[in-house]
Amino acid sequence: MDIITANRLSDGAVVFLTASGWSTRIAEAQALEGKESVAAALARAAADAEASIIVEPYPVDVERRAQGLTPTKLRERIRAQGPTVGHSKDLHLQVQAA
Amino acid sequence: MSDAQAQLPIWKDGSFGADAWVAVSAETELPADPAPILVPLAEFLAEAGRYTARDGDIGVLVGAGEDVHPLVPYLGDLRLIALEFPKFADGRNYSTARLLRERFGYAGELRATGDVLIDQIPLMRRCGIVSFAVKHEPTRRALLAHHSVEVRHYYQPVQSDAEVPAGTRPWARLPAARLPAA
Amino acid sequence: MYRYDEFDEAFVRERVAQFSDQVARRLAGDLDEEQFKPLRLQNGVYLQLHAYMLRIAVPYGTLSSRQMRKLAFIARNYDKGYGHFTTRQNLQFNWPALKDVPEILGHLADVEMHAIQTSGNCIRNVTADHFAGVAADEVADPRPYAEILRQWSTIHPEFLFLPRKFKIAVTGADADRAAVRFHDIGLQVKRNEAGELGFAVWIGGGMGRTPMVGYQIRDFLPEADLLAYSEAIVRIYNLYGRRDNKYKARLKILIHEGGAETIAAEIEQEFNEIRYGVLRLPDDEIRRIETYFAAPDYPTRASESVPFKRARLADPAFDRWVGNNVSPHRAPGHAIVTVSLKPIGGVPGNATADQMDAVADIAERFSADEIRVSHEQNLVLPHVALEDVKAVYDALAAAGLATGNAGLVTDIIACPGLDYCALATARSIPVAERISERFGNPERQQEIGPLKIKISGCINACGHHHAGHIGILGLDRKGEEFYQITLGGSGDETASIGEIVGRGFSTDEVVDAVQQIVDTYIVHRESSEESFLAAYRRLGPAPFKEALYGTA
Repeated sequence: MDIITANRLSDGAVVFLTASGWSTRIAEAQALEGKESVAAALARAAADAEASIIVEPYPVDVERRAQGLTPTKLRERIRAQGPTVGHSKDLHLQVQAA
Repeated sequence: MSDAQAQLPIWKDGSFGADAWVAVSAETELPADPAPILVPLAEFLAEAGRYTARDGDIGVLVGAGEDVHPLVPYLGDLRLIALEFPKFADGRNYSTARLLRERFGYAGELRATGDVLIDQIPLMRRCGIVSFAVKHEPTRRALLAHHSVEVRHYYQPVQSDAEVPAGTRPWARLPAARLPAA
Repeated sequence: MYRYDEFDEAFVRERVAQFSDQVARRLAGDLDEEQFKPLRLQNGVYLQLHAYMLRIAVPYGTLSSRQMRKLAFIARNYDKGYGHFTTRQNLQFNWPALKDVPEILGHLADVEMHAIQTSGNCIRNVTADHFAGVAADEVADPRPYAEILRQWSTIHPEFLFLPRKFKIAVTGADADRAAVRFHDIGLQVKRNEAGELGFAVWIGGGMGRTPMVGYQIRDFLPEADLLAYSEAIVRIYNLYGRRDNKYKARLKILIHEGGAETIAAEIEQEFNEIRYGVLRLPDDEIRRIETYFAAPDYPTRASESVPFKRARLADPAFDRWVGNNVSPHRAPGHAIVTVSLKPIGGVPGNATADQMDAVADIAERFSADEIRVSHEQNLVLPHVALEDVKAVYDALAAAGLATGNAGLVTDIIACPGLDYCALATARSIPVAERISERFGNPERQQEIGPLKIKISGCINACGHHHAGHIGILGLDRKGEEFYQITLGGSGDETASIGEIVGRGFSTDEVVDAVQQIVDTYIVHRESSEESFLAAYRRLGPAPFKEALYGTA
């Protein structure tokens, strides 16, 4: 299963393709089954890249786990969840707790 | 390609104009009339006599990374040297431009062709390039609007009449046009 | 330090306006990402794993208190309250929004700072010995030359689209604290037999996936030829460097493939063409730039301080910190203080906005308003009176900055790794943190002595692992992080590239492996005077392989 991710052009935020646009929450990402639906979603993403909304879209392999859609690769989990260390991690945890 | 782009591709001296130069190669028959011709460097060097014997202006097209040293004996014969930038990020012909102008004293027209964009044109100018074959539409619009994106304080001298020393610092330069007329 | 005049001020303002225009055109769609990318990189803006990253230039690592406070201001208002000091003496912010960057650059311009050419395939920010101007062993301050090079290379119209990045470092002492042999151009200021100033010149050093120690092209280049010679080197590189493969595009590969002597001959020929041209350095210009870097008027002080000695005797933690973090100063009664950004178990090189402000305050009060950033990701207070060292220590301690580990096993260099970097294959920071905790005991660190551990999260080697006494390279093996260890690297005047000791280690194993290596060194060293690097060079890899893998 795949989702499409990118960075928002204006501020760089990690975003995920939803049924209607882009979200910063992976939980709202549109889960894609099969090559054709991935290709169609990438085409939508490419149009948004062309329109200077997002940059560098690409598909990410995910699984449904207890906590929801979760990338299978460590890099993509860190990208979705934030740094595992340091000041940013502390801030990330504060945001989650709030 | 827009009509304007097809008919007036060359930006020079503040406006777009036609490209009078006819691209030829070893295989093409040379135009009979004295139309100016543009010959790829290697083909020109292989058979210079074929082109110089003809009545009409000659230009040479230099690809990125091509060595212009063998061209030096012919520089006086050339009214145009077109320097190709196959990708705007391929910077070899910036060095070639400076060598032609500053080392070999080439005084004819130096033109940039290929991937020519508004953000690189000021750099090309500083290296001695004076005309630009521009395909990129936003660049064409910006040029027509005289939209300047240049930093006009220079930290390193290039040999150019267009730049003058700024104060007493040995390498600081300003565009000559900025100074009040003498 | 260098101060902008009207020309520099106008220049940097125009640069901000230029980039503001480029960002506006990008957001409007007139520039596509491919066209915009080199422009943003040349203004320090990357797109990283989570967000944009802004790398701010700290030329030759020198900052005033006012500049440091501005960095703290930016950290608070445009980032998440902290910044990361890098191995190129720069500062990185990990979370700025692209649309805010022009405004940030405007704030930087207010304090004579910028982010120009901190990235991209151009001549990068010039680095220098972080003890420049104050080191007891220095022939001459390298920073005037670094400043002259900075100006020459800034928006150099010929050299903004080189085959790949191009790095220059300058040092002024035999002890190489600037790793000049690992730069595209490395310069050591020296005097010839006639007493004239000039440079030993190395070219084609670098790390990355093909590490190489630089080739010494000149034993003595006269001072006046600095710019002409540099221009000749970069021109030859621009014309002939490979552009077909970005991993083979650095100057070191041109020299490796073309032959050092052949490339050197090309450079010398080009140099001879331009040597007596407009780039020849007039003596009065060098001397003019030098005046900017004149040392402060140090009050005359006794070479020893009784209160300082008493404080050392009274406080063992202070005494240990002094032993590691205080270096000899050329002026009697003064010292150079290293502010460790390597708290035990913390992120190497990070400082919070509050810590930046604290260092700015301390520098203003005790260090003639001046701060340095070291390529080992620490800060330096270069002008501290011995009498004030205890007060500086107390103030640093209050800010959580008094870790006394400079040059020791926990003074680790690490790249941001997979926690931040889009290119990384494994995490670096968590490994650094765990090693730091493992060896955090002060007595244990002192017993081990000088030891440089350097960690990179991919083969691009931003953590300089090739030059680590112990180098750690994080890779990806079938979706799992694993770490390859190299031994015997060094970035100093005895530069060497570390050798791979054997098969790599998992995340769980790697800290134990480092400990085994350290334990093996302790067992085999001739005395506590023999450093890890000296012992490795004497012993070779065999005892370490034996300890790690059970086979010699």
